[in-house]
Amino acid sequence: MVDEVRAGASGETERTPTESPRGRVGIHGGGVGDRVYSSVITLFALAVPVLLLVIFAVVTMAAWPALRTFGWGFITSSDWDPVNNRFGAAPALYGTLVSSLLALILATPLALGVAIFLTEFAPAWLRRPVAFLVDLLAAIPSVVYGLWGIFVLVPILRSYVMPFLRDTLHLGSTPFFSGPAYGPSMLAAGVILAIMILPYISAVSREVLMAVPRSQREAALALGATRWEMLWGAAIPFARSGIAGGVILGLGRALGETMAVTMVIGNRQEIAASLFAPGYTMASLIANQFTEATGDLNLSALMAVGFVLFIVTLVVNAAARWLVWQTSREVGV
Amino acid sequence: MSATLTTRVSPRRRFVNALMLSLTWVAALVATLPLLFVLFYLLQKGVTSISWAFFTQLPRPPSVPGGGMANAIVGTVVVVGGASVIGVPVGIGAGIYLAERKGAPLAVVVRFLADVLNGLPSIVMGIFAWELVVVPMGHFSALSGALALGAMMIPTVTRTTEEMVRVVPSTLREAALALGYTRWRTSLRIVLPTALAGILTGVLVALARVAGETAPLLFTVLGNPYWSLSLNQPISALPLQIFSYAISPYDDWHAQAWAGSLVLIAMVLVISLLARAATRSGFARASE
Repeated sequence: MVDEVRAGASGETERTPTESPRGRVGIHGGGVGDRVYSSVITLFALAVPVLLLVIFAVVTMAAWPALRTFGWGFITSSDWDPVNNRFGAAPALYGTLVSSLLALILATPLALGVAIFLTEFAPAWLRRPVAFLVDLLAAIPSVVYGLWGIFVLVPILRSYVMPFLRDTLHLGSTPFFSGPAYGPSMLAAGVILAIMILPYISAVSREVLMAVPRSQREAALALGATRWEMLWGAAIPFARSGIAGGVILGLGRALGETMAVTMVIGNRQEIAASLFAPGYTMASLIANQFTEATGDLNLSALMAVGFVLFIVTLVVNAAARWLVWQTSREVGV
Repeated sequence: MSATLTTRVSPRRRFVNALMLSLTWVAALVATLPLLFVLFYLLQKGVTSISWAFFTQLPRPPSVPGGGMANAIVGTVVVVGGASVIGVPVGIGAGIYLAERKGAPLAVVVRFLADVLNGLPSIVMGIFAWELVVVPMGHFSALSGALALGAMMIPTVTRTTEEMVRVVPSTLREAALALGYTRWRTSLRIVLPTALAGILTGVLVALARVAGETAPLLFTVLGNPYWSLSLNQPISALPLQIFSYAISPYDDWHAQAWAGSLVLIAMVLVISLLARAATRSGFARASE
């Protein structure tokens, strides 16, 4: 599951020492067969950008009627009124951002901790099993997380975690932890997203931490640094932008995650400061309302939500890849 | 740091070191807990509700005992099979291109876009297939689901193929060329078979990923309470069935959802373990 992420982290710099210097010469020469073969694989390669373009075109076209009707108001209005054909996605946009940020806040320290544990401190016999278990988190289908969320996580949050945060820690006086504990909530969505993105962040962080040159570590240790000082002062700064890339990659996953969130967030079209209140994300809004959508403008409004989601994740992913790529290039040079 | 070889590490620094070291242990522990927690409940609730009927019967109304998800299991196989037919050839072809012309401008662009594609939300893929297939055809179909999942497989298959073709020793390639093989024969007869196990890994990883996808299926295959094998008709799929049972108010449907999840996880894990086995045999061969 996480292998593809890793390929992205390390792929750029790999140089096989035995590589043929005439590797590229051969493919251009040769007979008819070579030329046919060469164009066929080029066509396949072209399929990737073409696919992305088609997705963009198709989603934009589907979203166009709603985007034209509502303009910028679409992302600033909280109205979602199919009867009067007024649509605004602000609560969904807000919910997407809040649930994803919450997930990042919960998952990043854990994922970094695991990555450091696996690259630095873990005894050899523990490395494989722990890495395997964390990677396995990425293999569990979203809908299974959702099912678990409904019947296990949400009841636990409702009966123990929410009262604990609100009453025992007296956080109820802040707007973020106030109000009744229904169960399905922004908090539930954030927690389940944190579990789901943890393996991605930890895999990339592990990868870039391992790519830090030995000399860097040894130099710090030789200067008398403790292992932690070596990590904090030498290894982590070296891997910084790669780790940032991993975190943003996790953010991209969280922003677009649909099923598990739909099942635990409560699906209410409202902006509430409290994390205990139900909400919506862009993805859960689309998934939840698609089958009930009546009328072309309603459908188009859902597609427009998809369009916004597409743009946001596109930007986030491109930024993440660029950061990871930067690090692996720096480390490679 | 003015350290000499004999400098003693101050207690404060020693403490911080020990503290952070133990915090990473805690992090590792906490990070593995959710998985064990999920697996525990899956086994506990899934095993008690699974039965032979689950694999052989059609779904039944909530108050009628028995029934299963046989059609959903078959539906998942059909849709994922269709997705492979679409995604695997394109992915392998693009991967070979990336490996053989790694420095070409197109290769740099394709590699980047494949990664971007990989990060697109699955629900966007659903919208894409819905608008492109379902709307023009006028009805939901297994084919549209296969297209959505197939498109999702492409980036994974592409990147693993690239990695695996790259690790094929160039001596093999050179030997073939020196013997008078043309480029394309070398690629198809020598390089691909050598990298095959690795490529298979990529395909299996991609399969495991899309087999559990639900969001794109909402827009495409829709679900179907009856048997269907037709690509042109709505079809049932295991994740979709789990979803609709999970959000239903009926206890016996919840039990079925747990059973379905257990079966789905088992499918995904078996595919993932096969992928691991394939990688191992692939590396064994590449390092011979």
